[in-house]
Amino acid sequence: MSAPSVLFDAPGPRARRLSRIASIIGAIVILAALAWLVWILATPRVSGGVPVPAILDPVRWDIFADPEVWGAIGRGVVATLQAAAVAAVGAIVLGVALSLMRSSTIAWVRLPTAWLIEFLRGMPVLLMMLFILLVASTGAFWAVVIALILYNGTLIGEALRAGLAALPRGQREAALSVGMRDFQSKMLVEFPQAFRQMLPIIVAQLVVLLKDTSLGFIVGYNEIIRTMMNNLASFYGNRYLFSLFFVCLAIYLVINLLLSWFARWLSRRTASGGRRAKQQEPSPGLADPTSAIRLADAQIPDRRTGGDAGN
Amino acid sequence: MEQYLSLWPTFWEGFRVTLLLLAVSGVLSLILGTIIAAMRISPIGSLRLFAAFWTEIARNTPLTLVFFFFAVVVPFLGVRVPYIPLAIAALAYYTSPFVAEALRSGINGVPVGQAEAARSIGLGFGQTVSLVVLPQAFRMTIPPLINVFIALTKNTSVAGGFFVVELFAATRALANGNGNMVILILLTAAALYLAVTIPLGLLAGQIERRVVVQR
Repeated sequence: MSAPSVLFDAPGPRARRLSRIASIIGAIVILAALAWLVWILATPRVSGGVPVPAILDPVRWDIFADPEVWGAIGRGVVATLQAAAVAAVGAIVLGVALSLMRSSTIAWVRLPTAWLIEFLRGMPVLLMMLFILLVASTGAFWAVVIALILYNGTLIGEALRAGLAALPRGQREAALSVGMRDFQSKMLVEFPQAFRQMLPIIVAQLVVLLKDTSLGFIVGYNEIIRTMMNNLASFYGNRYLFSLFFVCLAIYLVINLLLSWFARWLSRRTASGGRRAKQQEPSPGLADPTSAIRLADAQIPDRRTGGDAGN
Repeated sequence: MEQYLSLWPTFWEGFRVTLLLLAVSGVLSLILGTIIAAMRISPIGSLRLFAAFWTEIARNTPLTLVFFFFAVVVPFLGVRVPYIPLAIAALAYYTSPFVAEALRSGINGVPVGQAEAARSIGLGFGQTVSLVVLPQAFRMTIPPLINVFIALTKNTSVAGGFFVVELFAATRALANGNGNMVILILLTAAALYLAVTIPLGLLAGQIERRVVVQR
């Protein structure tokens, strides 16, 4: 059910008119709500007997003419991207390691890894950051980065493991039968395919990772939110709080939307490559990587038999 | 040991607030998410556009920033509400697009033939959705929904950074106050979170396996 149009008739003239009217009314209601919001923001208020300038008043926005402010914002953005980049690399490395350990044939490697993954996956990232900050006293940057590596590394590891398990069994059998060792087959034949198949999920998880660097605000790492909403807002005064918030939101939206589009583009691209991938809807993985992993997981027995029958 | 036991009331207090946040914002986000999902598949174009817009914006805003808006900017704009309802609003807003996406992917999981069959025997939009598609989509959506709630459980910890004394904030206060048993305190908090998330995860896996086998 990819197109919603199956659910209703191709509209006739009356239904078309009705739908157009409903559309226009809906648009008017939404626009009215927006206009009301803007109007509220543009009205000067009196707070505790003191008149305060309206939110959209130029007085509240003049700091953005100051290059110093943009310099500070730039430093915040760089700090966020830095933490995200280091954590992303670490998470992928950890994910690869965990997926290999988790799918190992040796039980005393596989089982403890599984427990470790369950443990790390069920804990809030914030608690992990606090843990690292208090117990290892590493400083805020490494607390943020290590917690993100541990958390997202387990999720990427699970995604890769699901990808490994979902490969048709013939791939491994073929590799073994041409004389490859167990490990060679895993690294040279199975892993590249699993990685490619799970790439959209991994990128989606990296978007989540970037968003989660904002938790550094709570543990005291000077990323975008802390720089703008704490340092700048207390330096220039609360009057700029709303404008700073607005700019901060805009920066995050630009970064994240770009990354999400990239993830979507990537998932379309990889989907058009594989025969099997083409049949599935690519989007659920992007909505929620965790559930996509679980779904891929649950389809393993299904796909295995399907793949064998096909070969 | 006595010192450790004396911390339990604080843990319990925090855990209760966490559960409260989880329950109330879970129900609210379920309602909000269902509305968004219904808009997303509706025949009316402007509603579809609005729902898509809402989903994109809410999903790409970091939770910390959402909390910042509700806990700092909203009171600054002159709304006087206690922090717990504000935290619930923030969590419900943040979770709603994920619920909507889970529902939508469940609806997408129903084979097209089902809807086509329903349409071809003359059922309308409302009947097709409520009698044929949703009952089948529902069981497909339960595991993703549980995943959303697991994420929500973990996300409630962010409220601890914004003036709500739930499990994370309680843990931080306890860890600062009892320097000699920091690790024990943090592990206890982790265990309490795991006590919610692991059973939910097992449940989701169980249901998922059953649903897929049936299909």
